[in-house]
Parts: sequence; structure tokens; C-alpha cells
Amino acid sequence: MATEILMPALSPTMEEGTLARWLVKEGDTVSSGDIMAEIETDKATMEFEAVDEGIVGKLLVAEGTEGVAVNAPIAILVEEGEDVEAALSAAPAEAPAPAAAAAAPVAAASAPAAPIPSAVLEPDYPEGTAMKQQTVREALRDAMAEEMTRDESVYLMGEEVAEYQGAYKVSQGLLDQFGAKRVIDTPITEHGFTGIAVGSAFGGLRPIVEFMTFNFAMQAIDHIINSAAKTLYMSGGQMGCPIVFRGSNGAAARVGAQHSQDYAAWYAQIPGLKVVQPYCASDAKGLLKSAIRDPNPVIFLENEILYGRSFEVPDLEDYTVPFGKARIWREGSDVTIVSFGIGMQYALEAAEKLAEDGIEAEVIDLRSLRPLDYDTLLASVMKTNRCVTVEEGWPVASIGNHLSAYLMENAFDYLDAPVINCTGKDVPMPYAANLEKLALVTTDEVIAAVKQVTYR
Amino acid sequence: MAARRTTKKPNVSKEELLGYYRDMLMIRRFEEKAGQLYGMGLIGGFCHLYIGQEAVVVGLEAATEEGDKRITSYRDHGHMLACGMDPKGVMAELTGREGGYSRGKGGSMHMFSKEKHFYGGHGIVGAQVPLGAGLAFADKYNDNQRVTFTYFGDGAANQGQVYETFNMAAIWDLPVIFVIENNQYAMGTAQQRSTSSQEIYKRGEAFGIPGEEVDGMDVLAVKAASEKAVAHCRSGKGPYILEVKTYRYRGHSMSDPAKYRTREEVQKMREERDPIEGVRQLLLTGKHATEEELKAVDKEIKDIVNESAEFSKQSPEPALEELWTDIYADA
Repeated sequence: MATEILMPALSPTMEEGTLARWLVKEGDTVSSGDIMAEIETDKATMEFEAVDEGIVGKLLVAEGTEGVAVNAPIAILVEEGEDVEAALSAAPAEAPAPAAAAAAPVAAASAPAAPIPSAVLEPDYPEGTAMKQQTVREALRDAMAEEMTRDESVYLMGEEVAEYQGAYKVSQGLLDQFGAKRVIDTPITEHGFTGIAVGSAFGGLRPIVEFMTFNFAMQAIDHIINSAAKTLYMSGGQMGCPIVFRGSNGAAARVGAQHSQDYAAWYAQIPGLKVVQPYCASDAKGLLKSAIRDPNPVIFLENEILYGRSFEVPDLEDYTVPFGKARIWREGSDVTIVSFGIGMQYALEAAEKLAEDGIEAEVIDLRSLRPLDYDTLLASVMKTNRCVTVEEGWPVASIGNHLSAYLMENAFDYLDAPVINCTGKDVPMPYAANLEKLALVTTDEVIAAVKQVTYR
Repeated sequence: MAARRTTKKPNVSKEELLGYYRDMLMIRRFEEKAGQLYGMGLIGGFCHLYIGQEAVVVGLEAATEEGDKRITSYRDHGHMLACGMDPKGVMAELTGREGGYSRGKGGSMHMFSKEKHFYGGHGIVGAQVPLGAGLAFADKYNDNQRVTFTYFGDGAANQGQVYETFNMAAIWDLPVIFVIENNQYAMGTAQQRSTSSQEIYKRGEAFGIPGEEVDGMDVLAVKAASEKAVAHCRSGKGPYILEVKTYRYRGHSMSDPAKYRTREEVQKMREERDPIEGVRQLLLTGKHATEEELKAVDKEIKDIVNESAEFSKQSPEPALEELWTDIYADA
């Protein structure tokens, strides 16, 4: 009986990978545990082991093939004396989608490429600028590399940022480019190394602290808030703290409650911090460059699911995006949908679908949460008279709550319906695929909220 | 108390001894005045006095060079005076006035002076330890041979971040001196009740950091230890630990009645081990100074302290607009 060997999912968010190298050839006998191939995931190059015994009947995917979907057949294993061609023709040929969905429900459910806005208004780059396709991950790395080249006092510190090339490959290549003095692996001690980084900022350096994920920054939150955010004030303006805290924030996929939390609302509450949460690659790059140059502590919230997404990035030598300026991704007159970070994915998808029903939504990406671009939000709501907020974080004391309160105070007479907050559910993140999907905010919920505020 | 007073006749000049006497007396008189102003309601909130511990910071400062950095906890007035900060600015910060080092926005626990390389003044127990190592990290990054003095107490020595910091300071060879000011009480909890191993200086052994115990009531012993530690750090050998055994005469803060120890214990320490009285005796028995000369010094210090108190009362409260300044540095 022939066995199909399928492209494995080797990380929680992997949707496809590169078959970097075959370590077996057709006709080889393999047994369980033998390394068959090297596969490059969105995070690392991994060895892939055989699970079953057999003879390699056929390699279906050539070495070096990029973009091999998870669960696509990559080889056929046959038993001794079995006819390979017969086995091949008997092998099922259908697409492997359901299994992929089970492996990465969030990513798979939202697999289509990031929607291209029908109108990107007020771009932060001159008209006619050449654009290039880049993943968010590459854009972040380029931002760090450019700023480290520009300023000797900038350094990167964190777990696995150097020799491992980044737990999520964001810092890939930086160690080679800048050396071990400026790209520094730390022990797994967030409280301690965050304090050291903050101290070094007091001492005149400009650290970038990578948290493998922001969940681990809770160990260090005293230094982020008490030491970094408050010292300028407590010192009467003498001693600032130019530092960037960056890393993956929010739910990844199937990693459970302790690794799936959105900290946007937590940090956005703190005077003394600046907080940004980009959605697309160009904003990731431009905002990170601004963050590194900023003389204040900046919380830079990334998202693991977005790391591998490609967007257009302006091909400029020095591209920065200012803080406190929202981006209008889509103009519309019927409702304002305001979001940030990965919430933008649901906002934009909802807007596309709503357009099919004749509802024109204006979609605003706040990009930065502190300072926050109230003016753009206010102008939009005064035009549309309706507002839905979208975020992945919990509902209580959320960013959406704050925006609702702001609109009530400043645009009460313009509102034709109560503002609705679409958020993650008020539960710790479950592991089970179906429950996790239920816990996250969805495009359908955004659509339902818009229909409610537009009385359709 | 394990540490003993140095018995050897010290090889030290009159100028040096007088300097220590003056610096320690300045701290004591300043703190006494701060206590008085607190009682009058001119200083609010928390106020942690350094009385009794003066030899620690004065002895350590004796081995510093220009550019060396220091950082400490909330019991910080002594450190500021010892590194040359203006008593007027410190006292006016205690009273929350415009003329204070933080323009009244920091208070007793949060003062800084970039000019004097004093990096606070930190109110979260133990937080200054990684921050101090970070200052040393910056100096090593800039390859400038500077040393950072990171002070913390026997209470903070039980914080987890201290050991995270020891580990990184050791693997990265950071030029930082960890000064553990062991005054024997973490707020009201005696060291014996809070600390599994009484010899805190040995806790660096696990990380390969050398450490030693120092008699913190003897300014000359502290100075000698400081010189040794500084030489170690400045030559690029990495961190060094000094556990300086000392004693605070007052409560943890102004509101602490200090019922956890006997009046006799405090009295005995004051009578037998007082660091200022020790130097005074050396000056007198060594015929370095007469009673009259020392009285003149006392008067001079008293005048400076009174002047600082007067300044701290006269300086206006910060303008109301100050509420909204210094939250962000201009980008």
C-alpha cells in the first residue's frame, strides 16, 4: 500500500513553505525517524523526518520549490515490490484544504492575500513612488537595519535575536551585518534584560528590545511602565528613555491562553509611552523607523500571522510614517469602521462584502494608539454618522470602549446609532480549533454590527 | 554584627579625613532637617532617611572618577549629596517646589542629575539593579572605562531581578559594582527572618562574581573596598559585589515607629559604632584637628543645611502648567 507524504505544518502559522533540500532519493529505503528533507518555514529551516517505513517511490516536488502548500503531497512511499506508477495513479488527487484548516484555523480562514484598498488616501510617500512587494517580516528587518546603519547607538537585544536569526526570523541577517556587539542574545529573563535595556537608554543608547511575544513582556512590565515611561516626568524632563519594545502581540494560532493576548489597550493607557500597532508592511517599516528615532519609549505591537503577509512598500531610501496619523484605507459614506493591527483584516474584508450589498464603509486604520488620531476618526464619523470599532483584544476597557466614549463626548449629535465594539470574546483563549475561532473577532461579526448600526 | 572596626592606625591625611567628616556630617544634618520639615508638614508622602548609613556612600564615592555613574533606591538623599548635588535643589524637591531637581514632580524618591551622573532615586525595590547594570552596559558599549555604582538594600537582595542581573552582568562583563547596603532590616523584617543565607556577598559566587563584606560604619574600610572594586571593574574584569554592613538609626520611613527592634539595639549602635563619631575621634586623637576647628566645620554645615531648608520653603510650588510638561520628549 503506497503512502503519500504530505508537506508538514512546522509552525503554528505556517501556510506554505519551501522544500529546500531532499536528503533521500528515489529508490532509497527509509525507516521511521530518518530525515527525508529540509523544509523552510516562515520561521526557520527544519528537518523533516519519515514517520513510516518504506521505499521512496517518487519525489513529487523538486528541491528548491517555493510556496508548497501545507498538506500538499511531496513524495510517495511504496512497499517492497510495489509498482510506483500504479501507486501514483491510485493516490488521491484532491486538494488538502481541510487538514490545513485544522492545523492553522485562523490563518487558513483568512488565507486570501491582504485586500488591496480601493483608495489609499493621504499616503505617506510622494505620488508616483515606485513600490515593491515585501512581507511585514522583511519590512521590519529592513527598518531595523536601516536605522542601525544610520545611528551607532541603536542596538537590538532579545531572546534568539542573534545566532538563531530571530524566533520569528524578523532579525534575520542582522547579526552578520552588525556583529555581536549590536545584536545581542539574552538569557530568558525578560524582567532583567528589559531593566538593563532601559538603563542603557538612560545611559545614552537607543535599544530595540525584542520580546519573543508580548505575553512574556508581562514579566518586564514594571520596567516598561515604572522605569521607562515615567522617568522623564519624574526627573522634570532631565532624563528621557529612547527605547523600542517590539514583538509579536495577540493571538497566533492554537497556542492557547498564555500565548494569545492583545495588549493594545493595556499599554495605550500609559502616559509616557507611545503605542503603535501596524497592519501592513509599509506602515510596519515606516512606523518602526519612526519608533527607533523617537526620544520616548515606544511599544511596537506586531502580529505573528501578519509577519508572512506581503504588501506594497514604497521603494524609498528613507521612508518613515509619523505617529498619531491614521490611514484611511477605503472611503465610504454609510459607516466608519475603525480598527488597527490584524483587526484591519476583518474590517477590510467586511467592507468589501458590505459593498456588494450596497453599503459603503469608510475604513480607518489607527496605526498608532498613543498618540491617537482623533481628528480623522471624528471627521469620518461626522460624515457617516455611524461607527463600528474592530479589535482582537478583550471587550472590557478596550480601545473600542475608549473610542465610543470619545465619540459620545465629541460627536453625540452626529451619531445616528450607538457605536458598536467588535472585539475578541471575554474569555481566555481556548486551544480547540473550533473554540478558538469562536473566541476571535470575525468578519461576519463586523458585517452584522455594520448592518445593525445602519438599520439594514 | 560580623564586620569589625578597622583597628590599624590609618595612613590617611588630615584633608582626607576632614573631607569625610564634612561629607558625612552634611548628610546627617541634612536628613535631620528633612525629618524636621516632614514633621512640620512641609515634606509629604514617603521620606526615607539615611541617618546612620553615611559612611557607606561617602566611602564609596571616595574612589570614583568623573564620569562614573551611580543609581540607588528610594533612600537616596545621602547619595545625592555625596556625589555633589546641591542641597538646595534636593531639599526643594523634598518640599515639592519649583527649585527642586525634578521641579517638584519627583519627590524624595525620584531625583536625578545628569550633570552629576546620578540616575535616581527609584521607588520599586530592586528595579535599580538591572537599570544600573544597563548604565554599565552603555559604558561598555561606548568603551569609556567608566564604572557604575548600583546601590540596593538587604531587602532588595531577595528580588528575582537582582539574580537575573547578576547573570547578565557576569556573562557580559559589565563594569558595575553592586553595593548591597545591608542595614539589617527590610522595612520591618530582620534579615534573619527574610534571608536564607546571611552572607549576601557570597551570592555572586553562583555567577562567578567576586564579593566581599565591608564594615559600613568605618568610612576608611569602605573607601578601601571601593578602590579595590573600582580597580576590578575598570580593568574590564566585570562586576563586583560589596556587602556593606550598616545600620539605620531611624525607622524605614518617617511613618515607621520601628517596633521590630529595641531602643537599646539602636542606642548601642549609635554609641559604639557611629561612623561620624569614629572619624571625629581619628581627627582628634591624630591631632589633625582641634575641637574648635571641628566646631567651625559643624557650624559651616549647619549654615548650608539651614540655607537649603530656607530655599525649599521660599521656592514656589511648580506652575500649574507643569502638570502637562515632561510627559514626552520632543521627537
